[in-house]
Amino acid sequence: MSTEALRGADPYPLEPRPAGAHAPPTVTGHGAGGPAPKRIVVGYGFWIFLLSDVIMFSSFFAAYAVLFKNTAGGPAAQELFDLHNTAVETACLLASTFTCGMASLAVGQRSQKWTQIFLLATGLLGVAFITLEVREFVGLVGRGAGPSRSAFLSSFFTLVGCHGVHVTAGLLWLGTMMAQFYAKGFRQDIRHRFLCFSLFWHALDIIWVGIFSLVYLVGTLPPELLP
Amino acid sequence: MSSEHEFDAGSNVGEDRPPGAQAAARERTLGQEVGGYVLGLALAVGLTAASFWVRGTDLVYGPGLAMALLVLAVAQMGIHLIFFLHITTDPDNANNVLALAFGVLIVCLIVFGSLWVMGHLNHNMVPMQDLMNMQR
Repeated sequence: MSTEALRGADPYPLEPRPAGAHAPPTVTGHGAGGPAPKRIVVGYGFWIFLLSDVIMFSSFFAAYAVLFKNTAGGPAAQELFDLHNTAVETACLLASTFTCGMASLAVGQRSQKWTQIFLLATGLLGVAFITLEVREFVGLVGRGAGPSRSAFLSSFFTLVGCHGVHVTAGLLWLGTMMAQFYAKGFRQDIRHRFLCFSLFWHALDIIWVGIFSLVYLVGTLPPELLP
Repeated sequence: MSSEHEFDAGSNVGEDRPPGAQAAARERTLGQEVGGYVLGLALAVGLTAASFWVRGTDLVYGPGLAMALLVLAVAQMGIHLIFFLHITTDPDNANNVLALAFGVLIVCLIVFGSLWVMGHLNHNMVPMQDLMNMQR
């Protein structure tokens, strides 16, 4: 058996395959086949950031869960939250995560028109989400259920507000990406920035899944049904 | 350097690979990529609808509702990770998966650890009324 045939059988060869060799790809992410492509490295670095962000959110989730019953005689979740509003917010964010995915495919196709259209749709849905959330917050504060009312409300505003701040920052980033694609075209570094943006936007929707399920749906269960 | 489809912001390795390295194992067509997102969206919408439906129905055993909602949420997070963030078993993804596993460990420690410790703390605390009486 020749060396080449042996190599062909080994999915994790110790050295890179010669460029001309007719064999399956060897870039395995295990260090074989030379350094990983920049796209992979950039994505990994940003993924680490996102995970640290998720860990920060998990502390806020923990604080909310611990302080949930400490209403200090003030209003409890059951009488404050409007689930219809939450459902519409959820729909907006889920749709915007989908259009963001479509935008990343449009970038892959180098289609300026569709990239801008899908990014604009993503942005408008994000703005709708933020508008609904701000309206909800203003309503709560107006009813005397602001963040200073009780430990429960402090933890609620911290958790949901922090997510809202992330979405707002994401919207600014989104506008920048649209401008950069428009002005500079589909340059590699711009595409890497966009990869990070799409990861960020999808991750925000994952956080929102936790918020609408645990804060709103579980939070408004009748007290006798709560663990 | 360029191929017909370069989905480098999606799940496929585009032109951006080191010299000598070959194309990604599976080049997917645009239709397949769109199909992946549509499937992910359909599953996410289904799980979201299920969450809201479970919240409103009497069919589920009451005290189990919170756990059912938690399970639906975790399932939907998994769907998002796979279909939107493209966390797969692909060798290129090995590092991402390991980092994710570590992140999940820390998140579980923080959330369940806090609930556990603070639950015991609450349990062992002198009730507020008794504390007031003692200070009189």
